[in-house]
Amino acid sequence: MQPKYTPPELLVRLKSVPPIDQIGTHERILKIQSRSLKGPAKLHGLRLALSMIDLTTLEGKDTPSKVRQLCYKAQHLHGLSPELPTVAAVCVYPTMVGVAKKALANSSIKVAAVSTAFPSGQAPFEVKKLDTLYALEHGADEIDMVISRGHFLAGEYNYVFDEIAAIKALCGSARLKVIFETGELDSLDQVRRISDLAIAAGADFIKTSTGKIQPAATFPVVLTMLGAIKDHFDKTGQMIGMKPAGGISSAKIALQHLLLVKEVLGEAWLTNEWYRFGASSLANDLLMQYQKQLTGKYQSTAYFSID
Amino acid sequence: MSTTNWNLEPSLESTAVVQLKDQYELFINGKWLAPQAKKYFATINPSDESHLSNIAWATVADVDLAVKAARNAYENVWSKLSGAERGKYLFRIARLMQEKARELAVLETLDGGKPIKESRDIDIPLACNHFFYYAGWADKLQEAFAGQPITSLGVAGQITPWNFPLLMLAWKIAPALACGNTVVLKPAETTSLTALKFAEICQEAGLPAGVVNIITGYGDTGAALVVHPDVNKIAFTGSTAVGKQIQKACIGTDKKLTLELGGKSANIILEDAPIDQAVEGVINAIFYNQGHVCCAGSRLYVQESIATQVIEKLKFRLQSIYVGNPLDKNTDIGAINSKKQLETIEKYISIGREEGAEIYQPTCQLPSKGYYCLPTLFTDVAQSARIAQEEIFGPVLAIQTFRSIDEVLQKANNSPYGLAAGVWTDKGARIFGLSSQLQAGVVWANTYNKFDPASPFGGYKESGFGREGGMHGLSAYLKITN
Repeated sequence: MQPKYTPPELLVRLKSVPPIDQIGTHERILKIQSRSLKGPAKLHGLRLALSMIDLTTLEGKDTPSKVRQLCYKAQHLHGLSPELPTVAAVCVYPTMVGVAKKALANSSIKVAAVSTAFPSGQAPFEVKKLDTLYALEHGADEIDMVISRGHFLAGEYNYVFDEIAAIKALCGSARLKVIFETGELDSLDQVRRISDLAIAAGADFIKTSTGKIQPAATFPVVLTMLGAIKDHFDKTGQMIGMKPAGGISSAKIALQHLLLVKEVLGEAWLTNEWYRFGASSLANDLLMQYQKQLTGKYQSTAYFSID
Repeated sequence: MSTTNWNLEPSLESTAVVQLKDQYELFINGKWLAPQAKKYFATINPSDESHLSNIAWATVADVDLAVKAARNAYENVWSKLSGAERGKYLFRIARLMQEKARELAVLETLDGGKPIKESRDIDIPLACNHFFYYAGWADKLQEAFAGQPITSLGVAGQITPWNFPLLMLAWKIAPALACGNTVVLKPAETTSLTALKFAEICQEAGLPAGVVNIITGYGDTGAALVVHPDVNKIAFTGSTAVGKQIQKACIGTDKKLTLELGGKSANIILEDAPIDQAVEGVINAIFYNQGHVCCAGSRLYVQESIATQVIEKLKFRLQSIYVGNPLDKNTDIGAINSKKQLETIEKYISIGREEGAEIYQPTCQLPSKGYYCLPTLFTDVAQSARIAQEEIFGPVLAIQTFRSIDEVLQKANNSPYGLAAGVWTDKGARIFGLSSQLQAGVVWANTYNKFDPASPFGGYKESGFGREGGMHGLSAYLKITN
């Protein structure tokens, strides 16, 4: 890794990031959760959420054929509703990028690869670099890297900054999502600190979790990260994307997240250019609620394909 | 996918749970009595100016009848019951209120204009909790005042305001009954309906006749209650001007008096505060219940180094506040309670402009009928400006900046009022430092407008005296001999 080092003024700022009050954060979220979404507005929200999904499979037992199935579903969410948008991206391990790329060749759906020794990040930088380059060489449009939580928690912000900046430099035109694994970060103050650090180091998106650790994309964590994105935008005019991942499995929770984005960041972020859900089972619940809105009836889960 | 204007659809609470009568009588001695002067006044829905019902207007003769009923119930029934028996009635009332919570919430919103989500989630549950809380004290009064002989006072005359109609009724009736007093209560003229519904609940609970009497009417009705010679205690929540008149009227009598009056409370944000949560706290402090809150944080003091950022964040936040039909579950700011109050608020907004303060209001379509006011920020406000000195009682915030803690302390205390204050900082020491020097009955730290039956509430200076809520609230309804 080429040492680049955190700019000194950022280091000073990271020592005293704006404090986050947990109780106030919860109260803000309760206000959002008491909003009532009905009729066409709900339908619009469901379509929007579907279009923001990074349809994900990240298992040791993934096979090329499973990835191909996922890619088909990404393009055809539900046979009965061809009017639905496609998801935003398919998210896989680097070894599956080539398979996914080929399966999605005729669509605008992106292929995202998790990288840098996902999910733990416990590998030397040279390995992380090769991991990322491998995914890029096979055509990944987006890189979802994990940070070195151990270094971050030890206060070695230079190390974490350099790692992100170095991976960003490899990415070229691919967009970089930086995964914090907030379930390991202890406090909302730390979440705010890593958000500021990652944005300064070049993250295009900030992402809560790998999905392998609980808690994952909780509302307080997401609100704290949105706050960092808003402050960065107010200061620089530059938009940063947001991706909550892990634990968002129902349409209701997804819609509440979108309302949070609408109120905290504004409608400009309500597109899959700037907002994604990392999820594997969310799509089916969204589809079920969508059918319920259209027909007034809940259908059996058997009518929605699992892969 | 294009996503412009994702607007929430109206999501209206059903009014089917509410059966309004064409006409409401006075509740005296457990019965519904027509006013002796046969006069009635209209109550309207401030959200669309529609007529809701006609309400009896009590005059001196009716007030006298109600006080006699309360005296009789006190002498012959209520004062003879054990605390445990009184507690049983209070628990029963609390449970009945919970059972009718939806109906009470809709009624409160229809009659008063407050958003349904506030009456549903705050007013009604808190009112129930007050009854539960004081029900628990009814048989433990002597434990609260160990070693001091205590007795009930007799007949309590209570006058409640229109901003939290049922909640203020609960604040007053629950401790009065728990301590063994009987009650004559006059609700504000624009919001009588939940008090009248409460009278029905008392009937359903089998409360002995005359223990609670509800007399409706205007200021003359309240005045007749205040000067009645057989009333032992007056409890009033409302404006400082009326509070002063009441205090004058009680001079030279042995009536015990508690007053909970106006405010111009300071909300102070220090530079080390959790800024996003502080901004949310400011919104809650001034726009909760359309700003019709005696302890509303209507003066905002922001430390200079973060002032620009805080003001920009406030302006942005105002864009996602929904103003409109209070029955819509998404409404954040409902209707102003009355035409008169809307005129007062509008008068102050034009005074603010004339005083040279900079005004900010979000763009937002208001309903064509009804009384509505946009949430309003004034920046560059002078400490001497009328909008920084006088109580507006509406969604209008006067913002000033400060440099040092000494400066903000002096400015915050530079007010005839002293009801509440807010302090926002990450440092515990600053919270203790400021809260011990702020002249306010309540100081909230890193939050605002939090109420709990166990927590006493009341003012300093012209914001009144006496405490409601908690153990302190008992002493307002007891004679305590040292």
